[in-house]
Amino acid sequence: MSKKLADPSIPKIPAGAKFQRWFGRNLIRVYMVVAFTYLFIPVAYTFAFSFNDSGKSNLIWKGFTFRNWQNPCGAPEVCSALGNSIKIGFLATIFSTILGTMIAFAIGRHKFKGRSTSNLLIFLPMATPEIVLGASLLSLFLVFKINPGFWPTVIAHVMFCISFVVVTVKARIASLDPRLEQAAMDLYANEFETFRRVTLPLVAPGIAGAALLAFSLSFDDFIITNFNSGTVITFPKFVYTAAARGIPAQANVIGSGMFFLALAIVIAGQFVNRRKAR
Amino acid sequence: MSFDASSARGDLILTRITKEYGDFKAVDDLSLTIPKGSFFALLGPSGCGKTTTLRMIAGLEEPTVGSIHLGETDITTTKPYQRPINTVFQNYALFPHLTIFENIAFGLRRRGIKDVDAEVNKVLNLVELPHLAGRKPTQLSGGQQQRIALARAIVNRPALLLLDEPLGALDLKLRRQMQIELKWIQKEVGLTFVHVTHDQEEAMTMADTIAVMNEGQIEQMGSPADLYDNPETAFVANFLGQSNLIKGTISGNDGDSLVADLYGQKISLPKSRSHATDNSIYAGIRPEKFRISLLNTPVSGNVLSGGRIEDVSYIGVSTQYQVAMPWGQELIVFEQNDDGVAPFNKGDAVNISWAPIFTFALRGDEDITAGSEVNPEVLDEE
Repeated sequence: MSKKLADPSIPKIPAGAKFQRWFGRNLIRVYMVVAFTYLFIPVAYTFAFSFNDSGKSNLIWKGFTFRNWQNPCGAPEVCSALGNSIKIGFLATIFSTILGTMIAFAIGRHKFKGRSTSNLLIFLPMATPEIVLGASLLSLFLVFKINPGFWPTVIAHVMFCISFVVVTVKARIASLDPRLEQAAMDLYANEFETFRRVTLPLVAPGIAGAALLAFSLSFDDFIITNFNSGTVITFPKFVYTAAARGIPAQANVIGSGMFFLALAIVIAGQFVNRRKAR
Repeated sequence: MSFDASSARGDLILTRITKEYGDFKAVDDLSLTIPKGSFFALLGPSGCGKTTTLRMIAGLEEPTVGSIHLGETDITTTKPYQRPINTVFQNYALFPHLTIFENIAFGLRRRGIKDVDAEVNKVLNLVELPHLAGRKPTQLSGGQQQRIALARAIVNRPALLLLDEPLGALDLKLRRQMQIELKWIQKEVGLTFVHVTHDQEEAMTMADTIAVMNEGQIEQMGSPADLYDNPETAFVANFLGQSNLIKGTISGNDGDSLVADLYGQKISLPKSRSHATDNSIYAGIRPEKFRISLLNTPVSGNVLSGGRIEDVSYIGVSTQYQVAMPWGQELIVFEQNDDGVAPFNKGDAVNISWAPIFTFALRGDEDITAGSEVNPEVLDEE
């Protein structure tokens, strides 16, 4: 301690107040550690048990192995289920992103009769319980004599993904300064060029985010899928069915893989954003 | 491309333009000619219709009725990208996803100009920021963004350059510097500039001609000196600087001058500066034209006697006095601090005098507070 601070004529701060100050400063950190522990324990558990030398059931730790990671398709049907989920997710993402983006532009940029109603209705699929949506969709398909299967599942996924795409893209459009488009028009860009060179590049991050969200929602969906997919087994359906006789460790491998892929995309996104800002 | 910039050159002519938004008339039967090559300012308070007028010239709004011509060409309903007109937007509107170079090149590329590199570099040199070509707009300071916005517009050599409160976001010192620079660039490139502002000082510093707008109409148009020394309405007298407006009646006629009676005291004023329609007038004198003298000092010109100093504020270059007159009005006087004479004191009995040439007369039925409550520092939100 320096001489100055040791000077007895300078009033000292009592230890109690010092602790309070430390606590006040670090409370948010303590809270953060607790919250993230809570959030990530299941992920860590899933990841750890993907290395379990399990055999049939993956409930008890039996020893460490890389075998599951070397052969993720080792368990019967796991990879065909994964393939179905990816296919459905991919198609649902493309359709819902295109349709949702168009709706978002219509609602966000144009005044028309029924705009506020549309704005409200778009939230409805988000607010309706999935179990109700799934059951109603199934009965609707049956009324039209469409058998449950791959395409009905895609259609169902597009339906519930659209709302999320609209909300995400609309937020981005709302943050876009209309003067930028006016400036483009002022600088000899016609409507199409303005959209292509100014509007779209500026809204693109929102659209990309919406697409990722749509994919993860579709990939993850069990309830609606269970009603409408018939004999098609998706990854969540596979895991659910497998739970009865013991989930293979390969499911943990695929689950962990998805987690790290998502993490990589988020980090890459941050990296790109930072480079752009520089 | 459907448009040919060279075909539409010449004066900008607005003919009887009205713009309505529902029941509200933003611009009301406005006619205006802006000569080619001039630096023209549209000056007025927030909501006077000046920005709407600018947006109609740019093509971002269409007039409800009326026509806009550029030279011989009718551009009333053409799209913004079909007009040889470029705008420097308020807050600049630089494209955040493009580099400075690409921002400036934007218009050139859309028009299919060949030598983009040379043109962009030339204009970057003109605004003295060639080293920033590779940066993104967010990495620039406000003043730099302002210049890039200007460069992005003038690189296209438009027939008309529109400036929408271009200096509003800059601090006072930078604003002064940019005013001088803008004026210089206008001379250098020889384009017609139309400048919209609420800042009377900015308009007077830069423009050759100012149109003062109020409630969707042009109140008065002329050179800065003309508007300041010979305002036709109370709005102009108050919006451009400060004025002392004293009620009176015209009582006589003396060659080129009129004699007016202000609360029993006779003054004279030039006929050319009277905008009264009958004998009832407001005589107007700018505060810096007044001279204060003690009672027994001989003075010439117009004199109003019986004043008493109410308040003295020393503000460096000048001292501002408030002088109470016998009829209950307080006049404002600015005295230059250039003669080493001790300032007058509060309570001194004084006369006020001025040269008759500096007197203007407004109609006696005018609202003399018009234009004085508007705070010109409030930024236009349109």
